Amino acid sequence: MAILLLADHDHAGLSGQTAKTLTAALQIGGDVHILVAGPNARPAAEAAARLAGVAKVLLTDSGTFEHVLAEPLADLIVSLAPGYDTILAAATSTGKNVMPRVAALLDVAQVSDIIEVLAPDIFKRPIYAGNAIQTVQTTDAIRVITVRTAAFAATAGGAAVPIEPVAAVAERGLASFVDETASISDRPELASARVIISGGRALGSLEKFNEVILPVADKLGAAVGASRAAVDAGYAPNDWQVGQTGKIVAPQLYIAVGISGAIQHLAGMKDSKVIVAINKDVDAPIFQIADYGLVADLFEALPELEKAL
Amino acid sequence: MKILVPVKRVVDFNVKIRVKPDGSGVDLQNVKMSMNPFDEIAVEEALRLKEAGKAEEVVVVSIGPAKAEETLRTALAMGADRAILVETDDAVEPLAIAKILKGIVEAESPGLVILGKQAIDDDSNQTGQMLAALLGWGQGTFASKVELADGQVAVTREIDGGLQTVSVRLPAVITTDLRLNEPRYASLPNIMKAKKKPLEKTTPADFGVAIAARLRILKTEEPVRRIAGVKVGSVAELVDKLKTEAGVL
Ligand SMILES: Cc1cc2nc3c(=O)[nH]c(=O)nc-3n(C[C@H](O)[C@H](O)[C@H](O)COP(=O)(O)OP(=O)(O)OC[C@H]3O[C@@H](n4cnc5c(N)ncnc54)[C@H](O)[C@@H]3O)c2cc1C
Ligand SMILES: Nc1ncnc2c1ncn2[C@@H]1O[C@H](COP(=O)(O)O)[C@@H](O)[C@H]1O
Repeated sequence: MAILLLADHDHAGLSGQTAKTLTAALQIGGDVHILVAGPNARPAAEAAARLAGVAKVLLTDSGTFEHVLAEPLADLIVSLAPGYDTILAAATSTGKNVMPRVAALLDVAQVSDIIEVLAPDIFKRPIYAGNAIQTVQTTDAIRVITVRTAAFAATAGGAAVPIEPVAAVAERGLASFVDETASISDRPELASARVIISGGRALGSLEKFNEVILPVADKLGAAVGASRAAVDAGYAPNDWQVGQTGKIVAPQLYIAVGISGAIQHLAGMKDSKVIVAINKDVDAPIFQIADYGLVADLFEALPELEKAL
Repeated sequence: MKILVPVKRVVDFNVKIRVKPDGSGVDLQNVKMSMNPFDEIAVEEALRLKEAGKAEEVVVVSIGPAKAEETLRTALAMGADRAILVETDDAVEPLAIAKILKGIVEAESPGLVILGKQAIDDDSNQTGQMLAALLGWGQGTFASKVELADGQVAVTREIDGGLQTVSVRLPAVITTDLRLNEPRYASLPNIMKAKKKPLEKTTPADFGVAIAARLRILKTEEPVRRIAGVKVGSVAELVDKLKTEAGVL
């Protein structure tokens, strides 16, 4: 049977997470249809249609989906569900919001955050902040899955496939959009960055965070991350939090600065290819997983690093 | 209005868990258990709404073993009014939890259910959304701010690109994120008082919910461990190693 993949997009373009989710879908096997929902989302649909291995793209340009609210989006996916045996999405804030709703409406379990496909119905997923890996087999007729995209490479581009319209669903008016404060930045996104530099509680203030972390990030063309402690203290915005309950990343290079290395933080970055830790405490747990550790005061080391790059 | 808060008993967030060598699961013998941290935030939010005069009663519920009573007592000591324990020794998946909670919602008619966004043991992040779906309610997930108004609740949500505010019609489901509030500690007198607060015991069967697992757990294993690398003596050495040895600069 076929696989329905919910695209992650901002209408004008497709997020890089979709091509990674597609890789997981293709490993499960079957015709993959990508669903793009949103007014003015044709550019995103066109980008989806050019991903290798996709059979077709489904597009609804109904205004109902402008802000990707979970309630109507789940209803839309459920209306399409009879044609599919697998429905999946990236484990983004949208995927996490919508997919459990879909699963419950279909009376099936959801498999969250898969990191490996062993068979069409058997997956690996982390539990306990990644301190254990479970292998689970689904027994439901329809499999609802979210994909941890940091664990999958992106599918390459291919020849364009057709884009078909799908009917919108009735809006039940359960929730409405009020406003959004998007953090606009010229820096790469955490989810797709090749290099990430993250700051922790040791930065001490928003001003200091900006003063010492950002210049190094700019030199490296890096995305910026933060520990929960730094976000809680207001040194960095919430969407920079890396960890068990924040973003899961796996860049080529992750530089942790003034971060102790709590298991909740490690859960979000320990699959990075190369890890650098800068911390003044030689016993900080972060050094146990770092490839390169520098025991130093970050307020001296970072300006020096910026000059050396 | 009544607020229902589901709380889960989980391994304390400070504990580094051990995987059983035979691959059968995680070793929970003699491990410190606590209330799921996101659920503490949920209890706190419900209490604040009550203290602000926006709710009359806070009811906490836990589905789990007899020992989950401790978790409920903690919530009562924080200030919740009453508790319900749905007792079972089985591991219950989020869908079945949501079905049991639906039964409780139908019996209690709360105006708001506030859950944690994620239980830190299974890391599912499903139950609140599933409950909202089963009830046909709207949902405000990953909340960092909650404002009750007439017939609706404005929820500011932590999303991947920043913050989003939605207005959800009541009754509604909310799930908490870390920045919503800082939960209070229970004082000693309140811990004593909590021992006398009402706690009702039921079972999943009372709600007619089949809790049979839909997911078969084939194996539980250790993740691939990273080994510590080297310490470098200076920034210059670090940059050099990243360029020549690691090849990432
Ligand atoms: C439910 C729950 C979920 C959580 N989710 C997450 C999550 O997703 N992500 C996350 O990160 N955390 C998460 N946490 C929090 C986590 O447990 C830690 O509290 C947090 O990661 C600590 O942040 P930190 O390392 O910045 O601060 P600290 O642990 O305080 O570490 C600061 C470090 O800076 C070093 N330092 C101080 N001054 C300097 C200096 N001048 N130069 C160099 N080094 C210096 C210190 O030696 C120390 O190692 C969660 C916790 C809970 C309970
Ligand atoms: N056994 C349980 N008893 C009570 N509440 C639960 C239980 N399991 C999950 N929940 C609630 O659902 C939230 C999300 O859990 P999960 O979907 O398992 O990540 C938790 O933070 C709790 O509020």
